[in-house]
Amino acid sequence: MVHRTTRRGLLKGGLATGAALAAAGGARAEGDPAILELQEWNQFLGEGVDARPYGFPSEFEAHVKRRNVEWLTADPVSSVNFTPLHELDGIITPNGLCFERHHAGIAEIDPAEHRLMINGLVETELVFTMQDLLRFPRENRVYFLECAANSGMEWRGAQLNGCQFTHGMIHNVMYTGVPLRYLLETAGLKTNAKWLLPEGADASGMTRSVPIEKAMDDCLVAFKMNGEALRPEQGYPVRLVVPGWEGNMWVKWLRRIEVGDEPWHHREETSKYTDLLENGTARRFTWEMDAKSVITNPSPQAPILHDKGHTVLTGVAWSGRGTIPRVDVTLDGGKNWHQARMDGPSLSKSMHRFYYEFDWDGSPLLLQSRAHDSTGYVQPTKNELRAFRGENSIYHNNGIQTWYVDEKGIAENVEVS
Amino acid sequence: AAAQSFDLGRPATEAEVAAWDIDIRPDGMGLPEGSGDVWTGEELYVDLCASCHGDFGEARGRWPVLAGGDGTLTDDRPVKTIGSYWPYLSTVWDYVHRAMPFGQAQMLTDDEVYAITAYLLYLNYIVEDDFTLSHENFTEVRLPNEENFFLDDRAEAELAAFSDEVCMTDCKDAVEITARAAVVDVTPDDAAARERREAAAAGADAG
Repeated sequence: MVHRTTRRGLLKGGLATGAALAAAGGARAEGDPAILELQEWNQFLGEGVDARPYGFPSEFEAHVKRRNVEWLTADPVSSVNFTPLHELDGIITPNGLCFERHHAGIAEIDPAEHRLMINGLVETELVFTMQDLLRFPRENRVYFLECAANSGMEWRGAQLNGCQFTHGMIHNVMYTGVPLRYLLETAGLKTNAKWLLPEGADASGMTRSVPIEKAMDDCLVAFKMNGEALRPEQGYPVRLVVPGWEGNMWVKWLRRIEVGDEPWHHREETSKYTDLLENGTARRFTWEMDAKSVITNPSPQAPILHDKGHTVLTGVAWSGRGTIPRVDVTLDGGKNWHQARMDGPSLSKSMHRFYYEFDWDGSPLLLQSRAHDSTGYVQPTKNELRAFRGENSIYHNNGIQTWYVDEKGIAENVEVS
Repeated sequence: AAAQSFDLGRPATEAEVAAWDIDIRPDGMGLPEGSGDVWTGEELYVDLCASCHGDFGEARGRWPVLAGGDGTLTDDRPVKTIGSYWPYLSTVWDYVHRAMPFGQAQMLTDDEVYAITAYLLYLNYIVEDDFTLSHENFTEVRLPNEENFFLDDRAEAELAAFSDEVCMTDCKDAVEITARAAVVDVTPDDAAARERREAAAAGADAG
């Protein structure tokens, strides 16, 4: 595979300068300067081990970053940004790239001054310090956290051009924390304890009502993500982990859990995080995130930049109800489907990675992925969802995404019949 | 599993619980004693709220609309406000008290929260201008849209339709593009990322 004129080379030459073409031509005649010329890193010393006590990615990866969309919200303090899914692989999201959603900005909390209170329908109302929490038995679990509004801008049609923007309100990390049931059992639940109200220490005073069954099942009070302390923007020093359920419920900077016998119907479960249907009624307590997937490469921010031939298609899939044993992909807008290859750990309520390697003949593609979860649920099309819900639900859009890839390899967010 | 209790933490004092336990429920649980009238509420609202939420709750810019929108929930573009959408008045009291004004949360006294809540009811044509809201009459006030919320029914309404056998080959005759994000053109550009990608690809091609 040498010295052939590629689509890329022609494109570059046509678009930019003759110099690029001349350099490439030179490489073809004599060999590759990357090989023929002595490189500085091959000759001179690099930085020592004392230069980077907490390392950052290569400067050549500086474009791999969270992005926001200014027009989405009134203000960047109660707002959201997006994980660059198109630049990532595997299933773990690096801590610094995990999308953020705040309602009153990032609370900067000294852990020595942080307290967690449990009050309400318990035998003993308790206060824990961070040091107390570190003395409970811990669990390590990998879970996705998806904002309920992920893909919400796409209900009315294709709008944002890139999976970072259409699907990037999600991250997937390993949490270390204390099972919430240990804290509740230490306080001693009264027999009429049916609901919890976790509350954040930030200025939004975030609260949600959580049924006791979920709290006693798999919720964690987590203080580590991917092995290190939570980032401030992810709730440092401690957050609630509510596996499989909408991200809003994962209360950050967790300072209090009230135990009660009825839900509270607070702002984030009445005005927000309720799903308006076409007939004017609205669903409330739509907690689980349904099975969903997206092809991350190729995608609008990650076009095909090589010639036709061997091509790797990859993406992520997840379900709030279990694992993802299978993802189907189509290259022709759903006429024909192929089972993708799942690779990496398959963990309940975690992201899964899939691949489909194919021989691209250079003709346009209409790419889609379709997740199947371990309950037998199959990811619906957007039009199937709209048939049940209309276009004003805002939240819980898990419809199948389509990318149109043209003969140049450029990808675009589209919808198809 | 058997309950697992650990000898960790310490009892919370009454004062500590009182300091943090500020939440209100639709049945009135948590409401403190106090009261406030519409006109007091208007003065507070004009000083503290109108710069974002507009003089009549209509909102400025992209800040939340607090009043109006009655009967729009089936419209193409619904206007979801306290009056048109919110089910419970307790949510108004709780949220204003815990989180507003934006940037100066928890500055309002209980009486001030009653007054602002009364004014928001007035802006939504739910009470007259001589209305006084208090902990005693609070739960008598009902918001218009209370009955239009229902528990998540995806399992009954949608699950069967989304669990069918899937088609794998010759699933449709034709596929047409019906919507395009490039036409909408509202995505932030990132020239640096694009150039980095192209440079990497050009470098690879040079070999």
